[in-house]
Amino acid sequence: MSKELIRLQDLCMAYDDEQVLDHLNLYINDQEFLTLLGPSGCGKTTTLRIIGGFVTPTSGDVFFDGVRINDVPPYQRKINTVFQKYALFPHLNVFENVAFGLRLKKVPEKELRQRVMEMLEVVSLKGFENRKPDALSGGQQQRVAIARALVNRPKVLLLDEPLGALDLKLRKDMQIELKKIQQQVGITFIYVTHDQEEALTMSDTIVVMDGGHIQQIGTPEDIYNEPKNAFVADFIGESNIIDGVMPRDKVVKMYGREFACLDGGFAENEPVDVVIRPEDIDIVPVEQGQLVGTVTSVTFKGMQYDIIVDFRGFKWLIQTTDHSPVGARIGVKIDPDGFHIMKKSQYSGMFGDYSSYSEEYDELSDAEALDAEEDTDAQRREDGYAE
Amino acid sequence: MRNKYVAFPYVGWMALFVVAPLIVVVVYALTTRDGSLTLDNFSSMLQYAPVFGRSFFLALLATAICILLGYPMAYYLSRERGWLRRMATMLIMLPMWMNFLLRTYSWVFLLERNGLFNSLLESFGLPKVNIIDTSGAVVLGMVYNFLPFMVLPIYSVIEKIDYRVIEAAQDLGANSAQVFRRVIFPLSLPGVLSGITMVFIPSVSTFVISRLLGGGKELLLGDLIEMQFLGSAYNPHLGSAISLVMMVIVLVCMGIMNRFGEGEEEAMLL
Repeated sequence: MSKELIRLQDLCMAYDDEQVLDHLNLYINDQEFLTLLGPSGCGKTTTLRIIGGFVTPTSGDVFFDGVRINDVPPYQRKINTVFQKYALFPHLNVFENVAFGLRLKKVPEKELRQRVMEMLEVVSLKGFENRKPDALSGGQQQRVAIARALVNRPKVLLLDEPLGALDLKLRKDMQIELKKIQQQVGITFIYVTHDQEEALTMSDTIVVMDGGHIQQIGTPEDIYNEPKNAFVADFIGESNIIDGVMPRDKVVKMYGREFACLDGGFAENEPVDVVIRPEDIDIVPVEQGQLVGTVTSVTFKGMQYDIIVDFRGFKWLIQTTDHSPVGARIGVKIDPDGFHIMKKSQYSGMFGDYSSYSEEYDELSDAEALDAEEDTDAQRREDGYAE
Repeated sequence: MRNKYVAFPYVGWMALFVVAPLIVVVVYALTTRDGSLTLDNFSSMLQYAPVFGRSFFLALLATAICILLGYPMAYYLSRERGWLRRMATMLIMLPMWMNFLLRTYSWVFLLERNGLFNSLLESFGLPKVNIIDTSGAVVLGMVYNFLPFMVLPIYSVIEKIDYRVIEAAQDLGANSAQVFRRVIFPLSLPGVLSGITMVFIPSVSTFVISRLLGGGKELLLGDLIEMQFLGSAYNPHLGSAISLVMMVIVLVCMGIMNRFGEGEEEAMLL
């Protein structure tokens, strides 16, 4: 399982004078489901295209099974790709699309037929052999693209945002199905997406990228629970990120008061970023609260309410099943394991405040709501502390 | 204003200048000079079978040459970027901005017995060659005049091929030759089909090119029809019949071809 299959070593990629990848190092194990996750322009697709052989890195090496493959053209690599928007051959029917790779390898007709039909069964598309791609739905085209790649029995399957064009329901189904297929065929999947939920659902390992750098590598649990910096914390899930200092181990100080936490190993009074996930915050009566703030906005999200609470001008997102009306003063309580402490990074101060990054929240993009907030902002600025 | 009224002037135009003349042609083809119904016009056409044969043969030859010259050109153009492509496209279009007759006359000037080409040969001490007034000159004229109509549709179709489809083929193990044979060529066929239509039809019915470059010695369909209406053999009834038969043959050819090329309409819109 944990045998190394692909190694990217000191990879740099520049288009004109734009640095897309900056000294990237990454190794990928056999049979693992690895996801490259990041916003658009972070270099994830470029990394995938380098592995696929469609672009040559400006510098650095790509090793496959210990062999340097920088100069091996795509058609000689034991790697197949599921392209964004599928890129099916419009002039061929489903059967011939899937058979394309096998025909090139001159696989005997009988074996070819058997392997194609087997693969169509895996992606549940039996009976669609004679359809042309444009007579298929998005989800079906997606499956053809997967079958077309997998039928060649590659050692690695690259997937470039393959679910991006599907609607939400189908996307969720396909996530589970993809994971199932990966376990069934037992090969390495390298998956590119900007959708953090997709990454968390399917991956064994997530590589979070931004600005051509790897920000963090880890299991979905690691990435979610122990983000390395404000970028990761913000990108994966929702996070309130607050300035704090660490007076000593297991104690963090913010808003002028000390809170118990579980992290340690920082220098005395080292400034840190404190991450508090919206679901780790309990709402309590004002007199029991560690902090007291004012509700400025409530949104019903089905499973929970998203409420924005103003703590001395810094707005937090809290997810709760209890409804609190706008304008209410509430206390909050956070358990020690609800705090996650991160060292300061270049991303500090850029994320995690739900008033300045309101575009993340559609209910705040409403101009009226913003105006109303500004009016009341000044008076609520005083309300941050619990006395 | 409702949309359909906008089309009325054009519909009127079509009715007046396309449908009505067509009816006149059909009526003429089925009648004699004194107005009685007859099929003689069609049966007497048999004597002109060689003209039909020659016309279709020369037009096919010109079309084939256009494909052989035009396809690589179109392929190259679609791959090229920037000024080179703009330049090449312009050079292809340039002759079309000149009058058709003028272009063909200039070939007469180049190819005639004492024309530019032969003078050149002579100055090198080589013997003169007879090009003008041959079938070869007619085919040359057709290719020269109609080549852009082959290049442009093919070019526009190849250019629209999604590069990801090409990458997908490479990804599945196809080298450049295989990518071309299995993906690019099949996907460019609609362009080729509309190129064939746009070269073959004017070639098979031309009379200017055969008159000027063929010297009128070898009759083509266009000449034959023209003769029936304006020339010595004045017989509009026979002329109409020949036109009608030619139209039917062309329609049948196109119909057969289009069955092989779905998505043709798109290319035809060019």
